[in-house]
Amino acid sequence: MKFGVVVFPGSNCDDDAFYVIGKVLGRPVEFIWHQSTDLAGADAVILPGGFAYGDYLRTGAIARFSPVMREVEKFARAGGPVLGICNGFQILLEAGLLPGAMLRNAGLRFRCMPVHIRVETTDTPFTCAAELGRVLTVPINHGEGNYFCDAETLAALERNHQIVFRYTTAEGREDPSANPNGALANIAGICSRERNVLGMMPHPERASEAALGSTDGLTVFRSMAQWLGQHPSKLEARAENAPAAAAVRV
Amino acid sequence: MLETEIKVTPELAAEHGLSAEEYARVLKILGREPNITELGIFSVMWSEHCSYKSSRVHLRRLPTKAPQVIQGPGENAGVVDIGDGLCAAFKIESHNHPSYVEPFQGAATGVGGILRDVFTMGARPIAVLDALRFGPVTAAPGAAGASAESTAKNRRIFDGVVRGIGFYGNCFGVPTVGGDVAFAPCYSGNPLVNALALGIARREELFFARARGAGNPVMYVGAKTGRDGIHGASLLASAEFTEESQQKRPNVQVGDPFLEKLLLEACLEAMQTGAIVAIQDMGAAGLTSSSCEMASRGGVGIELDLDRVPQRETGMTPYEMMLSESQERMLLVAERGREDEVMRAFAKWGLDAVEVGRVTSDGLMRVLWERHVAAEIPAKALADEAPVYQRPMAPPATPRGSGPLAEFAAEGANLTEDFTRLLAWPAIASKRWIIEQYDHMVRTNTLAGPGAGDAAVLRIKGTSRALALTVDGNGRWCRLAPHEGAKAAVAEAARNVACSGARPWAATNCLNFGNPEKPEVMWEFSECVDGIAEACNALAIPITGGNVSFYNDTLGQSVYPTPILGVLGLMEDASHAMRMAFQEEGDAIILLDGLKDGGASTQDPRREFSSSEYVFALQGIAAGAPPSVDLNAEKRLVEALIALATEGVPRSAHDISDGGLAVTLAECCFASQGLSAQVEIAATEPAEAALFGERGARAVVSARTSQLARLREVARQYGVGMQEIGFVRRGEFQIKFNGRAVVAAPCETLHVAWAESLPKLMGA
Repeated sequence: MKFGVVVFPGSNCDDDAFYVIGKVLGRPVEFIWHQSTDLAGADAVILPGGFAYGDYLRTGAIARFSPVMREVEKFARAGGPVLGICNGFQILLEAGLLPGAMLRNAGLRFRCMPVHIRVETTDTPFTCAAELGRVLTVPINHGEGNYFCDAETLAALERNHQIVFRYTTAEGREDPSANPNGALANIAGICSRERNVLGMMPHPERASEAALGSTDGLTVFRSMAQWLGQHPSKLEARAENAPAAAAVRV
Repeated sequence: MLETEIKVTPELAAEHGLSAEEYARVLKILGREPNITELGIFSVMWSEHCSYKSSRVHLRRLPTKAPQVIQGPGENAGVVDIGDGLCAAFKIESHNHPSYVEPFQGAATGVGGILRDVFTMGARPIAVLDALRFGPVTAAPGAAGASAESTAKNRRIFDGVVRGIGFYGNCFGVPTVGGDVAFAPCYSGNPLVNALALGIARREELFFARARGAGNPVMYVGAKTGRDGIHGASLLASAEFTEESQQKRPNVQVGDPFLEKLLLEACLEAMQTGAIVAIQDMGAAGLTSSSCEMASRGGVGIELDLDRVPQRETGMTPYEMMLSESQERMLLVAERGREDEVMRAFAKWGLDAVEVGRVTSDGLMRVLWERHVAAEIPAKALADEAPVYQRPMAPPATPRGSGPLAEFAAEGANLTEDFTRLLAWPAIASKRWIIEQYDHMVRTNTLAGPGAGDAAVLRIKGTSRALALTVDGNGRWCRLAPHEGAKAAVAEAARNVACSGARPWAATNCLNFGNPEKPEVMWEFSECVDGIAEACNALAIPITGGNVSFYNDTLGQSVYPTPILGVLGLMEDASHAMRMAFQEEGDAIILLDGLKDGGASTQDPRREFSSSEYVFALQGIAAGAPPSVDLNAEKRLVEALIALATEGVPRSAHDISDGGLAVTLAECCFASQGLSAQVEIAATEPAEAALFGERGARAVVSARTSQLARLREVARQYGVGMQEIGFVRRGEFQIKFNGRAVVAAPCETLHVAWAESLPKLMGA
């Protein structure tokens, strides 16, 4: 079982994700350069936080065209687990691997702070080791995390249980005061309809050690390891020659 | 007319900021008249900002040597040994004038500049802190009658600076882990933006800016050169401000943090090849300073061919190229024959590395342009033989602080309302509004971030160690008594580091002053340097570098003399880090005092009181004299705190500084999970002096009652006074003074006043 952390030139949480998987979780992990045309045999891919190509245009807008993203798209379509954290989430949206878009935070300010998110489904490779309804404390760190989509898409997300995390109060109440960026329906993270692609704005890698104040984020990485252990067949099914056509429909 | 045809005259030299004597010196060094390019080069290198010509004679008095110091002042950053084969490179620098002219870009490029200084040394930046000073942002009495228009303008500058710092650091990927901010009318036309960066490197992988090896190629990397920032160092940083200063906006550089991130990664990888001989960032005076300083340090010459310099604009003259302060550029010397290795590292990150010149043995900085010599100047004379001035100094005619003193409230007065107003005063209020705009967690080393403890604490992955870092300085105190105020800055920074559990290890300083041509300003400067030197000697903290910022004047009004001290601390075991939050109901609250007898002062207590943040915030008074600093007492307290932290005795620690004991206690509560405090003090001084007095050498710790005996023992061992003053509770926050409750309110009410002040002011 091997994790791959994609490195765009402006990724800056790549080392942190790598550290958590390698040192805290104790699993094999490798960096994947953005110009790479393969995924170095990774069984799970992480798109880390940062500012992929500066993001002066629009977060993730350029990153989706990088060579590695074609491979990530193929990998995702073949059922491989892909986790996009913060900028990674933004890139997944731009790449069409997840539906919707990011707006500037309500209030138009960058925000770095711990928030509470509630686990809305455990039926994903990223939350299978979590407890349904449990409230996690994980920090956010972004200027564009205000998730938006049209009513039809939102209905589909709800219907298919694709909303994986929602911002709530510490007690787990869904409340506007608990929403740090104005995201639609308090959405903090969503998965693809096939459930193998997760995008989340909070940074689980910053909440994976007691010394840093919370270990709640480790749940995400533990789930991935557990899921990979339970689905060896899915790994084999990850065909190298999956079609590189249009993005996955939701 | 081509600029090469411009005739250089003494008048033109004067317009470039060179005095008649300085111009005569130029003529002597060259043995001829300079051309316009050479004049421009001399004017930037001999500007106050680059040459330290007014400060140099004084800075020599600072202690810079200690066994842990690997690199003292004179390089891009200071470097100290931190064990395990690692070292820390750190430095603080000002970007005051640009931040007034264009707050967002001024502050952003200030952060960018100091980051480059650190990674130029081969160290990866792991933290940034900022010390900020603005004019009043509220109409409270401390604003001294500032107009609504002026406070609105100050808020705009404040907002722009915070956004700019966040913009740069967040994208670059360095956590902004701390800092401090204060407000006073003198900063209205001249805010202070001082940025400190800290980096880590393996000791054997440090890089220096010393060119060597005649024939070695000089390579240019990073952004293309444009016309931005020309004369930033000489005209913006080395002259007073006037009403026209806003028009100097074109002199402010524009930052690109993404490019800087690429530059960081590419430089660190290129350094790994072993093909780099020397490297320096192009900061103030860009191509000029980087080339002549590397040549001068290495005792060689450098020849630059400007036609090969990547240019963003067409038709640039040698004058413009040599003086451009375009950001995110580096100059390096590589080993001849290994250029490809360097180029490959930069190409990987999408950057060009272009050979633009070579090292020579003639000691000259020679600039070629369109196949002729555009400038030719002895590098050493240019970099190191700038004039040095013993500027006249004079103490003020009227002793400082002689204005009307503040009066104490009537005995027995309830101070709850005044205390609540103090908590809402922007300098005291919660800084969460600022902190949240900065990424303070990236790189996952932040064990204690902004507001969690007295100093930021960062673990060093792969070791058991941690570093603590703080920036401190009280301009009002330095205005009232420069020597004592500067001592207090060092003492407070050391105390903060010790309160986080670390040993003060080294310091960097940013000295912000007015126009050095004013004898009173030079007197302030000299007094402050002496104060810093005295305190650093007493506390065994070497100064490893820093920055002097003069000419912080607008319309003839100087800012408070504001030395900012950045102190780095070292902790052997990261798990010993202390934070300020109270932990549990029933824990004892203890006052530790380096002065065992409580430091009874013989002076009129109103004098010390009148220098406090409390009086300034509530009555707009800045008078009297700051509390005198007893460095032996500070030393004892620092040692006691380190010993206690090592044993894990205190469950929280927080020093007493701005706002006095009352604010310290409140902050320990506010940082906790809903805990409050019940405290009782007895004293002969007035209640306000006891609650809000700011004498140093004191800290509040909390501990389990079962640990009190051990605490007492350690305190005795280190000669520190120890007094149990109360306990941690829930609900009401109460301070009793001589048996009477002088502050009593639900802790939540106080918390709201403190927490909501800045967001309300800043319209969040």
